[in-house]
Amino acid sequence: MHLYHEHATPPPHAGSPKHTRGRHSALRIGLGGPVGSGKTATVAALCRSLNEDLDLAVVTNDIYTREDAEFLIQEAVLPPERITAVETGACPHTAIRDDISANLEAIETLENSGGPLDLILVESGGDNLTATFSQGLVDAQIFVIDVAAGDDIPRKGGPGVTTADLLVINKIDLARYVGSDLEAMANDAKAQRGELPVMFTSLARTDGIDEVAQWARQQLHLRSRHTV
Amino acid sequence: MLTNTAAGTSSSKAMLLVLADGRFPSGNHAHSGGAEAAVHLGQITNANSLESFCRARLNTTGLVMTAVAAAAASGIDALLLDDAVDARTPSPSLRATGRKLGRQLLRAARATWPDTSLDRLATERPHGLHQPIVLGLAAAAAGLHREDAAAVSAYETVNSPISAAIRLLGIDPFEASGILARLAPELDAVTARAVESSERAERHGITALPRTATPLLEINAEWHATWQRRLFAS
Ligand SMILES: Nc1nc2c(ncn2[C@@H]2O[C@H](COP(=O)(O)OP(=O)(O)O)[C@@H](O)[C@H]2O)c(=O)[nH]1
Ligand SMILES: [Mg+2]
Repeated sequence: MHLYHEHATPPPHAGSPKHTRGRHSALRIGLGGPVGSGKTATVAALCRSLNEDLDLAVVTNDIYTREDAEFLIQEAVLPPERITAVETGACPHTAIRDDISANLEAIETLENSGGPLDLILVESGGDNLTATFSQGLVDAQIFVIDVAAGDDIPRKGGPGVTTADLLVINKIDLARYVGSDLEAMANDAKAQRGELPVMFTSLARTDGIDEVAQWARQQLHLRSRHTV
Repeated sequence: MLTNTAAGTSSSKAMLLVLADGRFPSGNHAHSGGAEAAVHLGQITNANSLESFCRARLNTTGLVMTAVAAAAASGIDALLLDDAVDARTPSPSLRATGRKLGRQLLRAARATWPDTSLDRLATERPHGLHQPIVLGLAAAAAGLHREDAAAVSAYETVNSPISAAIRLLGIDPFEASGILARLAPELDAVTARAVESSERAERHGITALPRTATPLLEINAEWHATWQRRLFAS
């Protein structure tokens, strides 16, 4: 994919956000999607699943509190110094796309203070279906939607649904209570995304994150192949 | 297109627009320039009180920061200027915010106008310099003059609370643009005063820089920094 090549080519000039990244800087995965779809729950589950053999950190972009960061700290998925909250000035999509400076600074601070990291998860403040991450901020992005917000979201599309490197359709344990048609969602997602992967998850189950965690490991593997 | 400066040489108008553009990615969008606290205290409630707030900010702390931007653009020592801004900013949270915005602007400026003196600054001062100093140095790296740096700084002083107030209070965006247009002559006047004091500072030392302040903004900032829930970082 687009981003894995950049590490192989020398930077055209020093100073731009991407080019200040060292060879050994961590892989960055962004998690976007509407409020309440399960982004923080996904981050927490990913940390629990990958924590054992990987050095992880998290950046949250809450809209007007530090709740996501505090939830993650309370859940003790990572030590507090590995979790940073960025403030977004009522515009969460601006902070992950149009003006990524505060997020980049948070990432660099995490990398410089905690020794080398393998993976940094950047959670966006819940936003609308058009909010996607800048290529200058993350290497890959996951878009998280859920079955309870209506099964027509994949059909409606939008940049998050159609272009994210991974689409996660979460809370499938609730599908039968809200009358969501998972098969139709899968077909619509396929129509919007072609070959790009889609995963159905329930984080109510203990093994609910496994497939997504596997995908994250694969991203790390892909990247290390391109950096040697 | 080129603009004339006091020195008679010219700088690029297009380059000035790049630096002044609200979309220049330097982290400003997350800051309200004191507007969020002022809205909560009932000091800004509508377009009229927003205009008064901006005028007060512009002529006090705005003048200081604008003069500092002009001084940095003209080559006065950045580290001395940083001390001067510290001395003129009693609120520790505002000092921290100023440095944070300075770091973020430096990142954007280095990527936009590759320049060895900006690189050196980033290495020498990893914790950052106050934003107006970086603004002045970025302007210089972009081939702009002190007048340009000062104009951008003055504009940011009022543009930041105005765009925040649009989001916080739902101020009519057309009215907001009207405020900016009405303030334009005052922005020019502050820019001119700031440039003059930066010239005085070159001759007589940085104590010649203005020291006007708005204690209420400093007090509000300390209070705002303690909030559990807020939309803006400052
Ligand atoms: N039933 C069910 N609830 C979930 C699932 N994933 C998350 N939740 C709950 O949905 C709510 C919102 O999740 P959160 O991760 O905070 O959403 P975010 O706003 O996208 O970060 C929380 O109460 C979670 O516990 C799931 O797979 N099934
Ligand atoms: Mg969340």
